[in-house]
Amino acid sequence: MTNVAITDAPSTRPAYGSMSSDRRWALRWSYFFLVLFAIFFLMPPIYMLITSLKTSQEISAAGNPWWIYNPTIENYLELLTQNHYLTFFRNSAVVAVCVVIITMLISVIAAFALARMKFWGSATLATGVFLTYLIPETLLFIPLFKMFAWVNETFDIQLMNHWWTLIILYPTLTVPFATWIMIGYFASIPKELDEAALIDGATWMQTLTKIFIPVALPGIIAATIFTFTVAWAQFLYPLAFTTSTTELVLPVGIITTLIKGDVFNWGQIMTGALLGAAPPLIIYAFLMDYYIAGLTAGATKG
Amino acid sequence: MAQVTLRKIIKKYDEVLAVRGIDLDIVDKEFIVLVGPSGCGKSTTLRMIAGLEEISGGDIAIGGHVVNDVPPKDRDIAMVFQNYALYPHMNVYENMSFGLKLKKTPKDEIDRRVKQAAQILDITELLDRKPKQLSGGQRQRVAMGRAIVRDPKVFLFDEPLSNLDAKLRVQMRTEIKKVHQKVRTTTVYVTHDQVEAMTLADRVVVMNAGLIEQVGTPNDLYHSPITKFVAGFIGSPAMNFIPCQLEQAAGALNIRLSDKLSFPVPADRTARYTSQVGKANLVLGLRPEHIAETRPHTEPNQHDFDMMIDVVEPMGMETLVYFTLAGAEICGRVNPNAGAVAMQSMKLRADLSNMHLIDDGTGKVL
Repeated sequence: MTNVAITDAPSTRPAYGSMSSDRRWALRWSYFFLVLFAIFFLMPPIYMLITSLKTSQEISAAGNPWWIYNPTIENYLELLTQNHYLTFFRNSAVVAVCVVIITMLISVIAAFALARMKFWGSATLATGVFLTYLIPETLLFIPLFKMFAWVNETFDIQLMNHWWTLIILYPTLTVPFATWIMIGYFASIPKELDEAALIDGATWMQTLTKIFIPVALPGIIAATIFTFTVAWAQFLYPLAFTTSTTELVLPVGIITTLIKGDVFNWGQIMTGALLGAAPPLIIYAFLMDYYIAGLTAGATKG
Repeated sequence: MAQVTLRKIIKKYDEVLAVRGIDLDIVDKEFIVLVGPSGCGKSTTLRMIAGLEEISGGDIAIGGHVVNDVPPKDRDIAMVFQNYALYPHMNVYENMSFGLKLKKTPKDEIDRRVKQAAQILDITELLDRKPKQLSGGQRQRVAMGRAIVRDPKVFLFDEPLSNLDAKLRVQMRTEIKKVHQKVRTTTVYVTHDQVEAMTLADRVVVMNAGLIEQVGTPNDLYHSPITKFVAGFIGSPAMNFIPCQLEQAAGALNIRLSDKLSFPVPADRTARYTSQVGKANLVLGLRPEHIAETRPHTEPNQHDFDMMIDVVEPMGMETLVYFTLAGAEICGRVNPNAGAVAMQSMKLRADLSNMHLIDDGTGKVL
């Protein structure tokens, strides 16, 4: 067997230019798997798009599910004019934007302090921040309910069943992770850079705003994208803490208003989900270049 | 006037003493180089002068004022880092003007100073480039420019040339010397490269294990080291250390290197060394250039001897020969035409007029 393998080898693999042949094969395999993955992940959204362009009758009919026989934009019109869809959309948008702002304000400053101002217990705190992220959100429902009840009793402020409560809730998920990402990014900035700024006469705040934020912009954008996605797609918290139709956000709103008992309005559900997926998609598309680009090149020896 | 004074400076990391009480007076306009092996405390000392490290004990004064608790920005210093530490998102002009802007210097004044510094460093045409578009040498110039525009009392350089390739390093070394001759600012320069130290410094401070071994002009250190460490650290190839014994014979002193080989001590040193006769742990320090090929004319204190050469290293203008004597590997510098061949015997000549006798126990040059 081994003899055969050895004598066969030269015929399948040329002795010269084997580097480029290796590379060609690696490329072929990467294309193969990339195409496989692309198909796998693009199938659901394409199916959603197809379904959203069908009437309810056509959806329930036993035809080819991948073909549209009578295209219609009925679902889109109905969703955008009649239902509470726009309210959900607005709630989601306001919540997501506010959560991003709050999260980035807290986590950038926190990460800077934890990464650079070596104070007593800063390393433990940094680990602590990450550990809070590991606690499953489902475990927090009851304590949070209790806290809300206490706030209601003590200050007479009702936090339950308001969309803006989500602005307070989501940062419990986003701040730890965003802080963790930013600690990593800030830690990768050479120490000499803030020392140079320090000697140049910058205060801590100036070092952060004039040096760290511009240099760590890719990291900040990564954290922003992450935070926005979490805030936009969050399902469990709004399901547990909001109930009135006007207080719902998109993910919960779609399933509570478009599923009546055991009647699924599939056309509108798909339309709603598709439209709801648009904002993160657009944000990814615009920020992707920044996300990938490394800005630290040239700071120190390259 | 910007003299820098260190008094009994101590730096402790937890329980480890990095700097163990050093005293140093740096006079105005002086170019002083701290040199030593890694971990000797030279960078820590520089960072304490900069204010980037707190001092655990002692006093640092810049321009006559104690600055122990003064933050870096108020010490009126500028620092050039080993890895340049340029702000990557700013162009060269912005990099150089950043400190002045923070000080709210008027715009035209900033412009004047940046352009002037750019001219000194010959980087005028690079002013609107980003650091990543610059070569290593250019980045180093910008880092120096950033220091110059601030017109500080003291320049601090932390191994600024270590990241450059050998050729550029030599070139930038000359540049730094030229810049210092132009701006005449008190400079403290840290390096582990003794050649850099020798070529740049007005005075060199050799440090070892958190202490100053010796302070002196490059020539002082080279010709009159006071410890074995300095003798071995300064000079390349390093000084040869040969275990020896001192013998008294008929009113003269002899240095015995082996059973067969002994040299008479130069007459002017006899009095100095007499007390060492018979002592153990003595080492003869002799620089490679004082072991050369033999020549027809004999001069005082020069003695011929035959040696089996182990290795020959031609350097072009000279040839290094290595041989073993009294268990130590010895290096000599011979003329390329002297006919040195490995594994063959060669007649060499030792010049003892520049010898050093070292007590290996205390590490002191006697």
